[in-house]
Amino acid sequence: MSRTAVVIFPGSNCDQDALWALGPDATPVWHQEEHLPADTAAVILPGGFAYGDYLRAGALARFSPIMADVRRAADAGMPVLGICNGFQVLCEAGMLPGALARNADIAFHCQTVSVEVTDADTAWTAGLRRGERLRLPIAHGEGRYWAPDLAGVRVAFRYAGENPNGSLESIAGVSNRAGNVVGLMPHPERAASEILGGTDGLRIRGAARAALR
Amino acid sequence: MTGRRGAVRAATPVGVADNPAPWDAVGLTRQEYRSIAAALGRAPSPLELGMLGAMWSEHCSYKSSRVHLRRLPTEGDAVLVGPGENAGVLALPGGWAVAIRVESHNHPSAVEPFQGAATGVGGILRDIFATGARPCAVLDGLCFAPPDEGRARHLLRGVVEGIAHYGNSIGVPTVGGATAFLPGYRDNPLVNVMAAGWLRADAILHGRASGPGNPVLLIGNRTGRDGIHGASLLASRSFAEDPAGLRPAVQVGDPFVGKLLLESCLELAASGLLLGCNDLGAAGLTSAASEAAGRGGMGIELDLDAVPRREEGMNPYEVMLSESQERMLLVVEAADEAKAIAVCERWGCDVARVGRVTADGRIRVRDHGELVADMPVALLTSAAPRYRRPARRPLVPARSSPGEDLPAVGDWLARLLAAPNICSRRWVYRQYDHQVQTATAVLPGQGDAAVLWRKGTEFGVALALDGSGRLTRLDPYGGAALAVCEAARNVACAGGRPLGLTNCLNWGSPEDPATMGTFVAAIDGMARAARALGIPVTGGNVSFYNETSGRPVDPTPMVGVAGLVADIGLRRGSGFPATGLAVAMLGPAAGRLDGSEYQALRWGAASGAPQRPDFALERGLLRVLAEADLRSAHDCAEGGLLVCLAECVLAGTAGAAVRLPKPRGRLDELLFGEAPGRVVVSTDNYPALAALCREAGVPCRKLGVTTDGRDLVAEGLGTWPLRDERGLEPWLG
Repeated sequence: MSRTAVVIFPGSNCDQDALWALGPDATPVWHQEEHLPADTAAVILPGGFAYGDYLRAGALARFSPIMADVRRAADAGMPVLGICNGFQVLCEAGMLPGALARNADIAFHCQTVSVEVTDADTAWTAGLRRGERLRLPIAHGEGRYWAPDLAGVRVAFRYAGENPNGSLESIAGVSNRAGNVVGLMPHPERAASEILGGTDGLRIRGAARAALR
Repeated sequence: MTGRRGAVRAATPVGVADNPAPWDAVGLTRQEYRSIAAALGRAPSPLELGMLGAMWSEHCSYKSSRVHLRRLPTEGDAVLVGPGENAGVLALPGGWAVAIRVESHNHPSAVEPFQGAATGVGGILRDIFATGARPCAVLDGLCFAPPDEGRARHLLRGVVEGIAHYGNSIGVPTVGGATAFLPGYRDNPLVNVMAAGWLRADAILHGRASGPGNPVLLIGNRTGRDGIHGASLLASRSFAEDPAGLRPAVQVGDPFVGKLLLESCLELAASGLLLGCNDLGAAGLTSAASEAAGRGGMGIELDLDAVPRREEGMNPYEVMLSESQERMLLVVEAADEAKAIAVCERWGCDVARVGRVTADGRIRVRDHGELVADMPVALLTSAAPRYRRPARRPLVPARSSPGEDLPAVGDWLARLLAAPNICSRRWVYRQYDHQVQTATAVLPGQGDAAVLWRKGTEFGVALALDGSGRLTRLDPYGGAALAVCEAARNVACAGGRPLGLTNCLNWGSPEDPATMGTFVAAIDGMARAARALGIPVTGGNVSFYNETSGRPVDPTPMVGVAGLVADIGLRRGSGFPATGLAVAMLGPAAGRLDGSEYQALRWGAASGAPQRPDFALERGLLRVLAEADLRSAHDCAEGGLLVCLAECVLAGTAGAAVRLPKPRGRLDELLFGEAPGRVVVSTDNYPALAALCREAGVPCRKLGVTTDGRDLVAEGLGTWPLRDERGLEPWLG
């Protein structure tokens, strides 16, 4: 059986939510492990405040022991998804281009936004259509995407309508060149049940499953 | 002079010339000092006196309120843990339970709003996970001066950022509460923080020491010099004009360490390694150790050399009274000590054995081998003084004589919808992560109470926190009764059956007979309402001395109610969710101007006699809200009926066309008057609702239907397009 590993850093707080949304084929991996489980087919770096985010969001988590193996797996083409704080970690680790700065209005934003799929060829968007919109919750204080040059950046998601944090060109998520490593600020795991207001987040999981097959 | 037991040096004998009033420095009276000396048979050492000063403070001992709190009902079918523990615990279906507690952090927040509020969140969360519960929600009751006043704006911003900083980082959703703006909070804002947590009913932890010889562990943050005298001097005295000098008494929060502490404690609890768990809050190690020993009928011996320090050269007094945050005291079996330490270390949480449980009912403190404090536990806990302070009962308020009737309906509707006490709280709750843990089924702004889904089951819990300083100032008995009724009604509107309540009572100085009189009346009102509705009190908090230079705050009872939403599919929002539904009003049609937001806005101040709750009506309403097939329900509160209807449109996806009853008296009483026991609902089965209301003795009247679009149309009165919600932003500059 192939499984999705959800990495838990000290200070992660959306790890259990991601595990719940992914269901039984997901497994937690403590950040001090040296290796991902042998049957790992995909990796998720969840949201939260790893190490308290007291320096810069994600700045310390990239030094966690497990990150070396996550990087090796990503280099070998394994799908890796960073959600919110996980996106920040991937940028700090240099596995994704750009950086996430303090929101333009320097306030934390928790709300549901519309996000447009701008690249349907990454490992995490393969089953989606380019231009289709998802309703996903966001919850972050440092989500303003910035890069010195967008020429080489594959943009996976953009905010449709309101740009809640002042991101460059309304960017909500990007991928690496190969398209297997994706980071996004919205939380798909929070849109995984009608009881909680919507199920659009499950379509990202569905897309990833489709890509894995 | 040497003590009877001879071991502890009494360095400050009674009447020594260089310190003629040692009690003063720790916030005690001469009389209290004398009774301490009599109980010990000697003068207390400076450390002992400091420990007693903190434990006998109003904040820790409830010495002015305890005799009155006894009148509150605490028994109920759902109550698994009542008052006196870290938090109350209520039974839920399927072997689940919910822990609830509310606490004030008013004084620290007045001095330093960001850290004051942040540590308020941290403190209440520790109370919750000390019971073994995983915290699942935070609610805040916040009261400030009107936000267009400079300091109020600064305090509001700081408090909201502080709550967000802590709650968002530690990963507990902040899902609701209440925010009020009244001149009575000009010098003293109120920051009441409520939290709830899930646990299994058969795995409740107690803050109790047991088993002589068992190790006592201190885990979490290292101990520093912050917050010394927080309980005795900051929270148990009134402010002079400028509170800035008290800043060193405010603690600093670290939500990251809080998270490590939370995970360590819950893993230890789940592994069955904990015999007892007690939060270090006010009065730090002193209160944690003496409370745990007291509850368990044990003693505790502490070795201060083992306490991990953040600073060099701390003396025993500082170590015992530090209020450094994110610390917990644990009692484990000797055989489990190594396993427990390993769990903490895996989470990166500092841990040290700082003492052991003893059988002799004494607190002993050693520093470098020397015994520096040695007192009976009971002297610190149960023997703390209890006062029945002089209380001058408030008069029953008289009705005010209102001015001219309403000039223009539309203008006043717009003004009320934009008023700070009524407008949308989106600016506040958008800064809080209210969805982390993926369980918030009714979000802030969507309903009258937050609803948390217990994932993996069919049920949820509805939580509301309510209280009105304005109404309680005018009528303490009625205002406190109303706080209970309103919180219960809000829970019922969201689809919950109230199970229990927790309260936070914010008052001025208990040494003032007029203030004490309003407190006593409020307890009577709260007790009466809780009994009438059958909602037991599971604990809470009293915050006195909310006053500056003799000006007390508006007395404010904040009531938090938890209710069971047996079928999560039947949770309700407040907004009209679809077109073509019947819109109905439950309860009496007209309200009163006395105490209303409209009265305050139009004539500059609320006055007169607000309507008191009718308990039979409230009981009937709870029944109707539990049994009726409703699509939405919204409590008709500040602003009255027309504002309530507008809010139902703003929070939903449909408009409404209504015909209001003909006013018997003034038009403004009908439109903007306020009264308890009124709810606006929508339903697709009005006849069944009307029949149920007849049976329950609740007045019910069909007002109209929900419509396409976002207009509120009131026949003969006007049509108001309601597209944009007004928020707090314009008031914040």
